[in-house]
Amino acid sequence: MNKQARIIKIIEKLTGKPLSIGPEESLFESGVLDSFALTDMVGALEKEFSISIPDSDLTPRKFDSIARIESYIESRA
Amino acid sequence: MAFLRSFGAYLPSRIVDNQEMAAATGTDADYILRASGIEQRRFAGAEESVASLAIRAAKDCLENAGLGTHDVGLLLVSSGSAEHRFPGPASAIGAGLGINGVPAIDLPLASAGSLFGMALAAHLAPGYGNVLVVASEIMSRVVARQPAHRDTAILFGDGAGACLVSPEAGFAEIRDSLLASDGDFAAALRLDLDAPLYMDGRTVILQAARKIPRAIIELLERNRIPPASVEAFLMHQANRNLIVRVAQSLAVAEDRFFCNIQRYGNTSSASLLIAAGEWRQQHPSPPAGPLVFAAFGAGLHWGALLAIPLI
Repeated sequence: MNKQARIIKIIEKLTGKPLSIGPEESLFESGVLDSFALTDMVGALEKEFSISIPDSDLTPRKFDSIARIESYIESRA
Repeated sequence: MAFLRSFGAYLPSRIVDNQEMAAATGTDADYILRASGIEQRRFAGAEESVASLAIRAAKDCLENAGLGTHDVGLLLVSSGSAEHRFPGPASAIGAGLGINGVPAIDLPLASAGSLFGMALAAHLAPGYGNVLVVASEIMSRVVARQPAHRDTAILFGDGAGACLVSPEAGFAEIRDSLLASDGDFAAALRLDLDAPLYMDGRTVILQAARKIPRAIIELLERNRIPPASVEAFLMHQANRNLIVRVAQSLAVAEDRFFCNIQRYGNTSSASLLIAAGEWRQQHPSPPAGPLVFAAFGAGLHWGALLAIPLI
């Protein structure tokens, strides 16, 4: 499974429904994630990709779309 | 050593429910409740000020302690919504209490200001005697500035709280505290001159949901106290969902976290002491276990404080 698929799986598990937006679309503006779901998603990303996300990187902009999340995870690899 | 001796509070009489807030901000009353857990908040009257609210809370606190104003050796006042850049409200509150001459220090910290005040008071009480910590906020005026941010305006209310920290006696000893600041996110929650309060809610929640539990856990671990043995967690009342999230992070039952945000909204730095005062009123007997206070807010500033009941 590629990174995007793994990210989508995490989001779908958090929201409990299939993800119907493109990789570049905002997860917030589209209503997929709210502030608290974002917090859960960050924790799930750390576990799934075995990375530690420092507080300094905890900004919504870094996690605003699947493409941005993927890019961030690659930068942490 | 320093002890928690008493709490006090003052809430303005005007109640603003979600229907009124929704009409004023163009939002939905059910959405406000769902997003924040807030059912109503209090708004100060036009004749009230940050200092006048604080004086009422301070007098309530001293009365609960069975002490008079002449027993105060130091006054610490937190407010993020004071009317003037300087002087802050501390000296006016001292004058209103009739204790001119007693040092009165402003802590211009929103949200976490009262926790910082309590922690500082614990260190200063042995030298100054009784330290009266007061937190007072009139948030309704700063969120009403134009252009108003409706998602922010719906959250806040007005009020004042107070805590007396004594070097000699009290119902719990302040055993330890952990304070921290992170200026990298200063812009995420701020009140600029003549502008409405700005809050990047997502960043604030993201940071708070991680930093608050971490601070509490570190404080408890270094004092060898498991979270499950804490009698009550008394937190800054910012958002009910955030409080629930902190409880989950600590694997502690939600009912250990006292919550009154539904009645007062987020009263910024005053909320911790208002909540503590209500909790104490409902639990006047000596606490059966440790108490943990925690707050997080603009700065970013956050922290936790541990108090152990006297047996």
